[in-house]
Amino acid sequence: MPKVTYIDVDGTRYDCEVASGLSVMEGAVNNGVPGILAICGGSCACSTCHAYIDDAWAERVGGPNDIEDATLDLANERKPTSRLTCQVQITDAMDGLVVHVAKND
Amino acid sequence: MRRIVIIGAGQAGLQLAESLRKGGHDGELYLIGDERWPPYQRPPLSKKYLAEDFADARLFFRPLEHYTRLNVDLRLATRATAIERAAQRVALANGESLGYDGLALTTGTRVRPLPVPGAAHPAVHYLRGLDDAQALKQRLAGARRVVVIGGGFIGLEVAATARHADCEVHVVEALDRLMARVMPPVVSDFFATLHRAHGTQLHLGAQVAAIEPAADGSVEVRLGDGSGLPADLVVAGIGVLPNQELAVAAGLACDNGIVVDEYARTSDPLIVAAGDCTVHRNLRYELPHRLESVQNAVDQAKVAAASLLGQAQPYADLPWFWSDQYEVKLQIAGLSAGHDSHVLRGEPSAAGFSVYYFRQGRLIAVDSLNRPAEHMLARRLLSGGTHVLPAQAADPAFDLKALLVAT
Ligand SMILES: Cc1cc2nc3c(=O)[nH]c(=O)nc-3n(C[C@H](O)[C@H](O)[C@H](O)COP(=O)(O)OP(=O)(O)OC[C@H]3O[C@@H](n4cnc5c(N)ncnc54)[C@H](O)[C@@H]3O)c2cc1C
Ligand code: FES
Repeated sequence: MPKVTYIDVDGTRYDCEVASGLSVMEGAVNNGVPGILAICGGSCACSTCHAYIDDAWAERVGGPNDIEDATLDLANERKPTSRLTCQVQITDAMDGLVVHVAKND
Repeated sequence: MRRIVIIGAGQAGLQLAESLRKGGHDGELYLIGDERWPPYQRPPLSKKYLAEDFADARLFFRPLEHYTRLNVDLRLATRATAIERAAQRVALANGESLGYDGLALTTGTRVRPLPVPGAAHPAVHYLRGLDDAQALKQRLAGARRVVVIGGGFIGLEVAATARHADCEVHVVEALDRLMARVMPPVVSDFFATLHRAHGTQLHLGAQVAAIEPAADGSVEVRLGDGSGLPADLVVAGIGVLPNQELAVAAGLACDNGIVVDEYARTSDPLIVAAGDCTVHRNLRYELPHRLESVQNAVDQAKVAAASLLGQAQPYADLPWFWSDQYEVKLQIAGLSAGHDSHVLRGEPSAAGFSVYYFRQGRLIAVDSLNRPAEHMLARRLLSGGTHVLPAQAADPAFDLKALLVAT
């Protein structure tokens, strides 16, 4: 299973194993990573699963599509590496991925 | 506050628990739910969960360990049976009685039962909870002919899913158009065309008179005009009733929902309520109303938590909602009730359009169809109270985003 490291707003690291096919959001929720609230359950409607893809990974993971881009406009402190984690699907190629949880409320 | 008890372990109950902990409540916290599942998402039940191979656990908002970490005493399959306000106690079905210093009611709604003869037949299903969805999914797998009673959001989502599964689908709606209570005719007509194009037969302005048993375990849905629709599966989606009985019995003010003020407080200062079960005030609107939406469950629960913590903040969040039917995503920002005019942005087609609603010249709501970016923009325009002229909204060439920057 790909390993994904989540770093929460306090800097705490969560080294997790997340099955390919799940979203980065589901991986965070299943492993109790604080700050990924995901109130719309992955429908790309709420922006409370916002995180920053680590610089080393941002290019490989890629950017948002139009829908996600618009939803990201509702998120707090958007940056170039911002993604809605419910829209990022884990693949085997993402083994070692690092994401930084944004300030979601 | 020493002990807070939350009755109803759904979306609002979970949010209340999390907001209470986040807001500094370090006393005891009970989350009491009568279902056997930990808090889970309902929206997928009529969408992905029904349509695809979708594990139950993917619906759960949080894994069970989360409740331990939060130090929340989560009681599943446990029904609260009475609130004794004078003694500040809640009675549970297992005989236990819990004292409280603060109490929250997040009991949601239940489906309105089909009020016709024969409705107790096993072919007749409803959809509110995961247990319902499991039973419905199983019956759908063996069904060829499906009759959906009620042309509202949930009924239409189920109809679309049943067509995907290649069933013959009929939708029976008592009013003369779909989603009539919340949508203008232009949107109703658009969806009627969409469902018909996918092969669903719509019976608008039609009454169901009875469900008659047929030989092989199927039924005949008898309509008011005497005609009959054979069905292996009937899904009734004719609205919901708020779970307010506990509150009524305890003498709390109720009026088609538990009545709360803009601080989510009931008529008892120690008791708050949030989510689908409430008739509430939102500072954005003049009249109290009841809403069934994820947004309301979450945002109102935050207000309720703050009130219990003595950090009262009035409820003024913008309502939003979505519904997926076939390839069309309908997204609603604001409440259009009470509008006195509306304009279209774009032509009604699957390529997408939006309806902008105005009241006394002020933009109050926007329904978007396959225009997700416009929906998100509408949420920002509405939240900030940006002034939008009907002519600007109706002109697809006018850049609405520019208004946002200007304010
Ligand atoms: C099929 C379906 C599709 C939906 N789709 C959408 C959508 O696309 N978008 C959207 O915004 N919203 C949608 N909704 C609405 C949304 O799911 C609800 O608004 C939301 O779940 C409300 O949360 P709640 O906590 O108020 O109520 P609920 O989630 O209903 O939770 C209430 C809980 O309290 C329990 N309870 C009641 N009485 C007691 C008692 N006495 N003791 C213990 N427990 C009790 C109930 O069993 C239930 O588990 C949908 C709903 C359904 C059913
Ligand atoms: S979970 Fe709501 S946008 Fe990702």
